Parts: sequence; structure tokens; C-alpha cells
Amino acid sequence: MFDSLTKNLDNILRRIKGTAVITESNTREAMREIRMALLEADVSYKVVKDFTTICQQRAMGQEVLRSVSPGQQVVKIVHDELVNLMGPVDHAIQYNEHGPTIIMLAGLQGSGKTTTAAKLARFLQHKGHTPMLVAADVQRPAAVEQLKVLGAQLKLPVYFEDGGRPPRICERSIQAAREKNCDLVVLDTAGRLHIDEALMQELGEIKDRVKPQQVYLVCDAMTGQDAVNSANEFNQKIEIDGVILTKLDGDARGGAALSIKAVTGKPIKFIGMGERLESLEEFHPDRMASRILGMGDVVSLVEKVQAQVDADRARELEEKIRKRSLTLEDFLEQLQQVKKLGSLQDIMGALPGMSGVDFSSAEGEIPRVEAIVRSMTFEERRDPEIIDSSRRRRIASGSGTNTQEVNQLLKQFRQMKKVMKQFSEGSVRKNLGGGLSGGALMARRPPKPPRGPGFRVR
Amino acid sequence: MPSFFEKLKSGLTKTREKFGQTIRAVLTLGRGLDESTLEELTEALIAADVGPRAAERMARDVERAYRAGKFSSTDEALAFLKKDMCESLKRWDTAMKWNPAGPTVWLVAGVNGVGKTTSIAKLAKYYKDRKKRVMIAACDTYRAAAVDQIAIWAERIGVEIIKHQSGGDPAAVAYDAIEAAVARKVDLLIVDTAGRLHTKDHLMRELSKIEKVLERRLPGAPHEVLLVLDATTGQNAVQQARLFHESIRLTGLFLSKLDGTAKGGIVVGMRDQIDLPVKFVGLGEKPDDIEPFDAQQFTDAIFS
Repeated sequence: MFDSLTKNLDNILRRIKGTAVITESNTREAMREIRMALLEADVSYKVVKDFTTICQQRAMGQEVLRSVSPGQQVVKIVHDELVNLMGPVDHAIQYNEHGPTIIMLAGLQGSGKTTTAAKLARFLQHKGHTPMLVAADVQRPAAVEQLKVLGAQLKLPVYFEDGGRPPRICERSIQAAREKNCDLVVLDTAGRLHIDEALMQELGEIKDRVKPQQVYLVCDAMTGQDAVNSANEFNQKIEIDGVILTKLDGDARGGAALSIKAVTGKPIKFIGMGERLESLEEFHPDRMASRILGMGDVVSLVEKVQAQVDADRARELEEKIRKRSLTLEDFLEQLQQVKKLGSLQDIMGALPGMSGVDFSSAEGEIPRVEAIVRSMTFEERRDPEIIDSSRRRRIASGSGTNTQEVNQLLKQFRQMKKVMKQFSEGSVRKNLGGGLSGGALMARRPPKPPRGPGFRVR
Repeated sequence: MPSFFEKLKSGLTKTREKFGQTIRAVLTLGRGLDESTLEELTEALIAADVGPRAAERMARDVERAYRAGKFSSTDEALAFLKKDMCESLKRWDTAMKWNPAGPTVWLVAGVNGVGKTTSIAKLAKYYKDRKKRVMIAACDTYRAAAVDQIAIWAERIGVEIIKHQSGGDPAAVAYDAIEAAVARKVDLLIVDTAGRLHTKDHLMRELSKIEKVLERRLPGAPHEVLLVLDATTGQNAVQQARLFHESIRLTGLFLSKLDGTAKGGIVVGMRDQIDLPVKFVGLGEKPDDIEPFDAQQFTDAIFS
């Protein structure tokens, strides 16, 4: 009933893809459905109107009529226009050559500024900078404390004062950054309503005093039609350079991503993909458009895997598979690696054709599988064949499961080894078509490996 | 499927046949219910986050009422829609449930950043002002400094608080809190929980564990399970409500941040799918910025 935008568009476009003749009426019908799907994804209705009008016009134009497969061409148009709507994005941060580069964050209450400040600092820390966090939110109780805790986790200095006016705090923090040899400052300002004149003025004052190189608006991906109103107001009052869209790790369809650029002219620069401090990513309109259209986002996934998976370990594992000496111990480790990438839903959602599949039950299986393997002795993990019925019972009671579940896991592990053996022997194709039923997925078929060194193992 | 306006047109044709000359005269004078009026109404509803499907359905209801002769001019269409919405919202049971034997326990949950902690502070103050002895359970042990945040509020308002170290087990806090609430004979225990996205399975299980702990110690508790919903939230609110409802039986909504420009129309739009009464609305950052839900005011605001 409440299908994802991706799934919706996927269906609509699949239908039109197969259409041999593009007429005004069947594109109009498709556009109407696209309009509905976009509105349900919280894209601003004004933006939707323009979007479908442009798509409709282009669909009726020469490029489609002359094309060999007009349906495909329409899909391409919709994709292109989505990219146009969200892009282009320049991720480059303009650095200050004389003194610290200042990045200022602003936004509504609860959009995730404080967490994002820490994430952004971490992101830039990993690019070789020495950031300092500045707690300029003296409004919300314990906001300063929160930033201090996050700063400590990242081993980064946090500038704060006990009370005082935020513009002064920010100003003094720059001096402190110089003294501490920090080349970058992230200002975490208090959340405020775009219609709160006094507080918006305060933001303007901060900006005037510290002259930040970049001003980002932090925006919640779950925001509805109001997203463009607040983004517009913030942009008019303090002229933002870009937007950081948070909480995209949920099932929000992030229509705001589509609208904000169109309405304010300011692009989304980063996206927040989870509560952990490493889950900040650069925003790529083309990838987002592909994702929305159900074409998958393999590029991002590969990058994520490369960032998280230890390449040496992966090679070692690959070796083991080739030698057919994969153990449950290795399997457990693989599970940990996969978990580091984010939720299964996110990982699989990035693959073509997987967007509509629900992995939540498979997700729920992971801890169970882990518990079972952890309840085995090292010997059993190395050689599951020695697990007899008495061992099975012990494992089951140790992991809070039952013997059937232990059996199932062992069976799936055997199957996996078999598939992997074929993997290494190069006869993969036909085995991959196997079932994708929720619960058994983890053991039977871990995420399909993107190509690249060290990934062929899975 | 014929488009909404095609249906409308055919609808109007029928009307014309039925009422003959009279209606046609109205239409030609441009005073009847025309497409652009309905489109405007639909857009106003969509802009208020009611959602496209619910908005179109409501516009259809207006059109049907027009055909049934419940009103006769464009000027009245808006008034009709407002009256209709207001009346249906008045049917919500917005009274908070109390445990006459005491203590009463309310569990509060929501996704990240909707304003749970502030909303709880407001509720605590609201009932403290009404001579209730209130206690807060600081079960958000996850987010950095969340315990400090609620503790500061508790101190400002002057209510009791049960808290553990940050990073502890929220269910354990809930257990201690309900023990203390019973022992100290407080009137009301409000349980704060960490913000969590409804798609995170394990976090939703953690939430239902908290609920179970409360229920085990005090059968019938929690007496209210409120989902705090940010008024700026769009269509995703439906999923939030549905998935939270699956793990903890929600009894109502606390609609926060209504002091901005967002209308919170989704609470009306999602009623077809999940109907949860809004019990309170939050209107600012101060502990007094809270009001019981008022159908008339809310409806007026949607179309303002």
C-alpha cells in the first residue's frame, strides 16, 4: 500500500519501458503516476509540477520519437531530469589560506546539527585536517555536553563557554583554533525556526563576525512540504552554500533532496546515513537518481566496501575459499564485516533490482546466527562436521535457539561452501538464481560481490 | 483509471443533467464548483502534508457534497471542507489515560530529533502545575548527553528523575523507575526513550522490551504510549506510526514543533491507514509551550 518511491517509479517505468509506441496519452498517464509517486515522497508540489511538465515535453520531442526504443528513452529522460533537479554538486570546500577554514552549520531543531558537526569534523579529519568543534548552541540543555562527548570520541578539541552570546563564542573560538593549530573549525549553532526573527538575526551576526568559508543548512530527510519553505528562509537570511541531508538511513524517500536544489539553487553536499560518526557521505545526484529509479547504486556500495573492508583479510579469505578451507570462524568474521557496512536493507538497496525486496527479516537473523556460531567451540567452528546431536543440543541451549535452527545454519553453511567452491571454479551464474527468501538469506547468500580486488569472496 | 479531473468532469455532467438549467447557469457564471477551485483545495492540502492520495480523496468528498447539494458555490467549498475535517477530528479521544490505583505510566517514543525530551519536559510541567507528583525515567542512554539534557529539565521544572549512566541498559532504567514510582507513590511516571529510526529492528525490539518491563512490574502499564511526531514530517510519518505501533501499541500522538510554518497535516492524511489521536501539541522550546489538541484551531491552521 505504501510502496517506496523507488518501487513505484520502478513499476511505472518498467511498464513504459516495454511500450513500443509513445503517445501523448500513455506518457501523460505515466507522468501522472510519476507525479503521484514524487508527491508521496514529499517532493515539493511546485517542483513536481515543473518536473512532470518538462519530462512530458521532452518525452514528446524528437529524441524519443526517433529513438529505437522510445520507452527506454523516456526512462532516460526521467533519470536525466532527476539528476538535473538535484545537481550539479561541487563537493570541494573552499579553504581559507590565512587561518582556519570555518564551516558553519545551521538548521531547524532536531535536524541533527550536533551529530552532523561531529561527522563532518571526522570526515575532514580523515582528509588530513585538524578540525575543532565549536559548541555555539547554548539554547538546548546539554547540547554543549553532547558535542563535548562526541569531540572526545573523535579526540578532537571542542571549544565551549559557559553561557554567553553565540556570536561572541564563535568569534573567540577562531582565536582558540589558531592557538591550537587547528586548520578547520566547525560551528554547531542552536536549532531555530526560520521564522524566529531574533534567532535568525543572531545567525546573521555570527556569519558577519566570523566570515565562514562555507555555510551548510542541515535538513532532515523526513521533512515534508515545509522543507522548501525553511530552506528558502535560511538561504535568504544567511545565504547558505549547500545542504546536508540527514537521517537518510531510514525509509524516508527524501523528496526534500529533489526539491531543495530546485527551489533554493543550493545543492545537497553531504548525506547522513546513520547515527555512527562515520556515516556521512558525499551526495551524488546521479547515484541518487539511479537509486530512486531502482537502477541501484553500485558505485557507492563499492566505495563503502573499500572503505570498510580490510583488503588483506579479504584476500586471505579468498585464498581459503579457493582451498575450500572456509570455516564458520571466517563466516562470523564476514558477518561482522557486512555489519560494518550498514544495514542489510541499505546494502541490498544499493544493488540493481533489489530495491523492492524487504530484508528486515534477514536483518533480524544476523544476531541469531552470530549467537549460534559463538556458542560453538573453536574446534567446531573450524570443522562443523564434528557437530553431533549432543553438540547440537549444547549449541542450541548456549545460543538460546533450538536444534532445528542450529541444523539449518549448518546446512546453509554447507550450501554456501558449495556455492563458493563453484565461485572459485568459475561456474557461478546458474547458482546465483537461487531463492532470496528473507531469513535464510544471510547464510545462504551473502550480498552479491561487487567486482574489484578482494571482493569475489562473497 | 480516469484522472481525478475527468471523474470530476463526468460528475459535473451528471449534476448538470440532474439539476439542468440552474447548475449550468451557476457554472457559466463561474460561481459553481470549478476545477481550479478543487485543484486549489487539493494543493493546499498537499502543501500541508496531508499527502496526495488523502488530498485527492478529500477533494472528491467535497465534490460529492457539492453534487449532493450540501453547498452551492465555490466560496463555500473551503468552509465545507474545514467543517468536515474539524468534525471528524473532534471524534478523536484526546483524553489522557490515568491509573486510578496509581502510579500512571506513560511511555514516550519517536524517531531522532522530533523533540521527545522537550515534549516530556512539557508534559511533566503541565501535570506538575496541575498538582500531580511527576517522575521522569531517563531511558535515553544512547545519545551523548541525553541523560544530562533530561536531568536539567527535571531540575528546572522540579520533578523527580530516575537515571543511570549514559550507555546503560534502558530497560534497567525503566525497571528502577517503575519500582521507584510505586515505592514513592508518585502520580505519574513519564518514560523518555532514545530516538530511533523505525526501520532499525533491534532498536524497536529494545523499545518493546522497555514496555514489557513496565507491564510486568505494573499490569496495565504503560497507560499511554505516545509517539512524538515532528510537525514538519512528511509522508514518512505513516511508516513511523505504523512500525512503532507494531512494536509498542501506540495510544496517541504528541505533535511537536507546530510553532513553525509546517502544518502537520499528515496526522489527518494518515488516518485512512493508521488513526491515532493527537493528544497534545508542542509550540516552542519553553516548558509552557504545550497545549491539548484542539480540532478547530488545528483545522484553521491547516488552511491558513
